[in-house]
Amino acid sequence: MFGNFDFDVIQRSWVYLFTTGMAFTLKLTVLAMAGGILLGTLLAVMRLSSIRMIPAAAATYVNVIRAIPLVLVIFWFYFLVPYIGAWIIGSDQPIKVGAFMSSLITFTMFEAAYYCEIMRAGIQSIPRGQISAGLALGMTNSQTMINIILPQAFRNMLPVLLTQSIILFQDVSLVYVLSITDFVGAASKVAQRDGRMVEMYIFVAVVYFLMSFGLSLLVRRREKNTTVTS
Amino acid sequence: MIEFKNISKWYGDFQVLNNCSARIEKGEVVVVCGPSGSGKSTLINTVNGLAPFQEGEIYVDGISVGDPSTNLSKLRSRIGMVFQNFELFPHMSVIKNITIGQVKVLGRNIEDARERGLKYLDRVGLLAHKDKFPGLLSGGQQQRVAIARALSMDPLAMLFDEPTSALDPEMINEVLDVMVDLAQEGMTMIVVTHEMGFARKVADRVIFMDMGRIVEDCTKTEFFTTKRSVRAQSFLEKIIH
Repeated sequence: MFGNFDFDVIQRSWVYLFTTGMAFTLKLTVLAMAGGILLGTLLAVMRLSSIRMIPAAAATYVNVIRAIPLVLVIFWFYFLVPYIGAWIIGSDQPIKVGAFMSSLITFTMFEAAYYCEIMRAGIQSIPRGQISAGLALGMTNSQTMINIILPQAFRNMLPVLLTQSIILFQDVSLVYVLSITDFVGAASKVAQRDGRMVEMYIFVAVVYFLMSFGLSLLVRRREKNTTVTS
Repeated sequence: MIEFKNISKWYGDFQVLNNCSARIEKGEVVVVCGPSGSGKSTLINTVNGLAPFQEGEIYVDGISVGDPSTNLSKLRSRIGMVFQNFELFPHMSVIKNITIGQVKVLGRNIEDARERGLKYLDRVGLLAHKDKFPGLLSGGQQQRVAIARALSMDPLAMLFDEPTSALDPEMINEVLDVMVDLAQEGMTMIVVTHEMGFARKVADRVIFMDMGRIVEDCTKTEFFTTKRSVRAQSFLEKIIH
């Protein structure tokens, strides 16, 4: 059945696929994950704040982002960021952002909405007595949040945060709409050049499966470890 | 040192504290008791501003707790508090639990905080457990660490909110012993508890509460022997067998 297929194309191109394509994909995933968790945590704290208007503002952001398809956000941001940047710094010319920065900002802002909901659940899972204990020691609200609540929320939610990050890893492939050479982009370039679409896309799928499945096994092991010790 | 003046507090329509007044002098040990839902925990939570109140005034060392211009964090750092469920920080080792307040709130350097922390940990008999995490300790040990944590802040007074209610019976005494020592050293203490043995031994006064009111406020001799309201009488009969 595979008689007409030529899997040699993989052997010829794998170095390029990984050093150029996968390197970009991983770099974007890791940076967007770090930025997304940071921004998401900030949003979660805002959603739980008792200051007027702040929770509503954060909730609006999260709900809007989660109601729009990711591809559209990537597309719009790519075209809008140069103009928004120009507007912020007051320049007449659209600023030069580049595909990488543009997609990094997009993924950070998009994923932050999901990380926010995870961190919010995490913060709410910490017993209220922990807040009282921090305050009773004389800590301010923000000292209690930073030293007592967030570290515990983060630790409890680590498996879920990592699972969301595996989804992010797969979502990064959507940057193909910007003709960026991520792993999928690199593979489709080779596939079109050599006319080996099916072979290449099977290979891409297998690599994504192995990496995502492997990571989720790691997460599951880690999840077991945390439940045992706490 | 601590003075309640006509404190009233509502949760929605429900009045938890009804016109409570009392005065606790420096070095006094006051036991607060009463049936559950009588407002005793709420009363001591108002002392350090953890439970806001709508009417009345509380003064701690001359500072008004209800005054919006009072720096509540600073006031709280001078009042030790021990909780029913210990509330140690589970993500920190025992010694870190004891030093974090000293470092972040009082601005002590790590070495000083550690030295002082170890001293108090030794005092509650848990020096050997300094690097363990709270989850590995028994309830009684956790509560003793919590007491050491509060003491390491050099508090003016200590509040105990049912410190032995969540403990297994065989662990109650190890915690009470630490509290008795503390009382005998002259620490100002307000203790919400049903441990009448503790009250008999070290309390100077007993406050009995029911339905948000302070029904009795008298010396322990008066409370356990002579003058007693019908309500306090029936409460005591129920908890002392």
